[in-house]
Amino acid sequence: MSKFSGLGGRLYRGETSVEFIGKRRRWYALSIMFILISIGSLAVQGLHLGIEFKGGSSFTVTTNSPSVEQARSAVQAAGVDGELIVQIIGQDKVRVQTGSLESAANNAVQDALAASFSVDVATIDTQIIGPSWGEEITRKALYGLIGFLIVIMIYLAMALEPKMAVAAIIAVLHDVFITVGIYALVGFDVTPATVIGFLTILGYSLYDTVVVFDKVRENTRSITASSTKTYSQAVNLAVNQTIVRSANTSIVAILPVAAILFVGAGLLGAGTLKDLSLALFIGLIVGTYSSIFIAPPILASLREREPAMQALAKRVSARSGATTTSSATGSVSLPNSVRGPRNQPKRKGRK
Amino acid sequence: MSTINKPIKTTSRPVRTLAILALGLVAMTGLVFIQGATSVKLGLDLRGGTSVTLQPRIAPGEEGTITNEAIDQAVAIIRQRVNSLGVAESEVAAQGTGTSRQIVISVPGDTGRRVVDLVGQTAELRFRQVLATGAGASSVVDPTATPVAGVTPELNAQFAAFDCTLPENRQGTGTDLPSQTIVACDRAGLTKYILGPAEVLGRQISEASAGLDTQSGSAWFVSLTFNSEGTSAFAAVTSRVTSLPEPNNQLAIVLDGLVVSAPRINEAIPSGTAQITGSFTQLEAKDLANVLKYGALPLAFDRGEVQQVSPTLGADQLDAGLIAGALGLALVVIFTLAYYRVLGFVTVGSLAIAGLMLYLLFLLLGEWIGFTLTLAGIAGAIVAIGVTADSFIVYFERVRDEMREGRSLRTAVETGWIRARRTILIADFVSLIAAVLLYFFAVGGVRGFAFTLGLTTVIDLIIIFVFTKPALVLVSRLKFFNSGHRLSGFSSKSLGMPTTKEA
Repeated sequence: MSKFSGLGGRLYRGETSVEFIGKRRRWYALSIMFILISIGSLAVQGLHLGIEFKGGSSFTVTTNSPSVEQARSAVQAAGVDGELIVQIIGQDKVRVQTGSLESAANNAVQDALAASFSVDVATIDTQIIGPSWGEEITRKALYGLIGFLIVIMIYLAMALEPKMAVAAIIAVLHDVFITVGIYALVGFDVTPATVIGFLTILGYSLYDTVVVFDKVRENTRSITASSTKTYSQAVNLAVNQTIVRSANTSIVAILPVAAILFVGAGLLGAGTLKDLSLALFIGLIVGTYSSIFIAPPILASLREREPAMQALAKRVSARSGATTTSSATGSVSLPNSVRGPRNQPKRKGRK
Repeated sequence: MSTINKPIKTTSRPVRTLAILALGLVAMTGLVFIQGATSVKLGLDLRGGTSVTLQPRIAPGEEGTITNEAIDQAVAIIRQRVNSLGVAESEVAAQGTGTSRQIVISVPGDTGRRVVDLVGQTAELRFRQVLATGAGASSVVDPTATPVAGVTPELNAQFAAFDCTLPENRQGTGTDLPSQTIVACDRAGLTKYILGPAEVLGRQISEASAGLDTQSGSAWFVSLTFNSEGTSAFAAVTSRVTSLPEPNNQLAIVLDGLVVSAPRINEAIPSGTAQITGSFTQLEAKDLANVLKYGALPLAFDRGEVQQVSPTLGADQLDAGLIAGALGLALVVIFTLAYYRVLGFVTVGSLAIAGLMLYLLFLLLGEWIGFTLTLAGIAGAIVAIGVTADSFIVYFERVRDEMREGRSLRTAVETGWIRARRTILIADFVSLIAAVLLYFFAVGGVRGFAFTLGLTTVIDLIIIFVFTKPALVLVSRLKFFNSGHRLSGFSSKSLGMPTTKEA
């Protein structure tokens, strides 16, 4: 590991530099591909929604001899027709999921299962979801998402810079989109806990992005005063300087989530823990990727459009002469426009 | 950290800060003992029980929009019904904001079905003539007593035997048929009534409000207005009963089968507007006005979600949560020790103190705001281990960066702090915003996740200021770290410094 931390030192001083910004087209292309796959799988397969969204009932019987057939026939004998999903969960549980049932039918199913497996009715774990419940959850989650994006946008614009807020939000949307796409592709169950997981990713993904952007802000505070680095180069240095930090914070964030996932999926088989942690697990990985490969390049793209930054890029390339082919290529994608340099660099509002 | 102009060594007083933290923890522990909080209150998914989430909507055949007052009334009605079960620690609460609030009912134990059947019925407001009144407790049936006019002997006997002091008789099931003569209690169980058939219905009220009589200055009253249908019905009943003897000249306002108020009718009221006066306090007047408003818009309750968890599954889920927590914590501790070596113990210490603080807060909040720990809440706390450790990493890495700039460890912990503090504040604030919004927009049990996540983010902020920073300052004075021992996490090798340190 100390080798790795030695790397941290070289990255910090810019001796070792990875082209995060210069190769941004590559990362963009990769992400666009993922997003297209997400759209494709959402369109073709759609999300596998749990009963919380469709309405229905779920009965879990704990017994020494769980049997799918026995459970199915018991429920059908209770007069429930239509689609039944019967699963064995873990070692000693069998779960039956039905469509929306009337109150009396729910009781009948409980009684039938209790009689069939000779257990007490009170030991059957039951979940009954009304038909309009899913809409309510979806509506609230959407409000939550929109509210969050607006509040965060305003906050980051004040705490950091407006364009950083825009870049951070784009990266966050990217994360949610790809995570949802993975759910559609693999066919994982989407439950309210999953939705909460998705929403939590927003906060997490931003944590890393904020760390990187704060460093960018520090590195570029008086960047237009000198002609040593273009904005893109400064961003690239900031990403390199914070990469060890990002890697460590991501590992440390993922470890507990992995523990919940392991226990939730392994010991309990299904439920809140598994749904929540799976969404977080996938989202954290995507979020780490975007905070390094998506958010900073977008910020660089946005800022490089400013005349002051274009002028700076021109000065930098003039200063280092025609030989600039080293790690500074990040800014080469900029047109070396013939527009006259503005000698008054646009002042940013923040100190 | 008052000013940076002073020599850096004197700018922070780590020992004093740590002493304050220790005092704070001792004070919290003391509070826990004073409050008598012995264990964290567990949610129903961890100990078994039934929870029902109801979505209020307008009753079939009615029109209008749901009002805040109506939901408050609905909560009061359902609370009354649930309390009649007599199960300790049952809870009824409204969740969410404004008129999209849900009503969440939690009843421990295995009363599942009864709860579900009980809470789903529509409650209505009706005006009924009072035929007889009596003290709340049951009385010996006197067979020779003449029944009140219009009351069958059976009903009279039932009335005599009826005991309003029993909670189950104050359930208010909403099954009081409008066309029947009924026996009913008031909400507190002090008085029982025989009531005639319903003559005016709640939906015939168009407006109700509490007001203050400016003439006398302190008399609160409730005024109500009927729609055209209600006006004629109210005119008919008032003109008939006003000349009758007590208590038959009283008109009971019955909500969900329980008498809320039984004002005497002083005169026939043909105008469609009436005032109820009496020795109301402001609160009583407003409550009564809200009851009448609810009557104008009876709500039905859609079962949104019903969850029945057996105690076995509850125990399993609790175990799983605790195991996941222990495992997550162990993984993070191993990682930080492997990466930051001895310095990692500062993180381990911080996590331990954060854990202690969280536990104490769980205990206290259980007493103060009825906080219950759910499975999702445990998940939130485990996820927060990562958030907490993240802050330290941001700080430690910053200190290492400062040392790469050629600063000594002692200086680096101070200069690194000033920069890292900003980053941590912004990042934690983002987490906090996320947690708050999740809390308000989440439905049902997962709110617990947002709550603990927010709580732990706040704890993280406290810890980083009052523990991690001063602890690191103290550590930086130790020779072990100062000299860049290879296990200290600050060795020039692990920093990737080309030559020897200590500028």
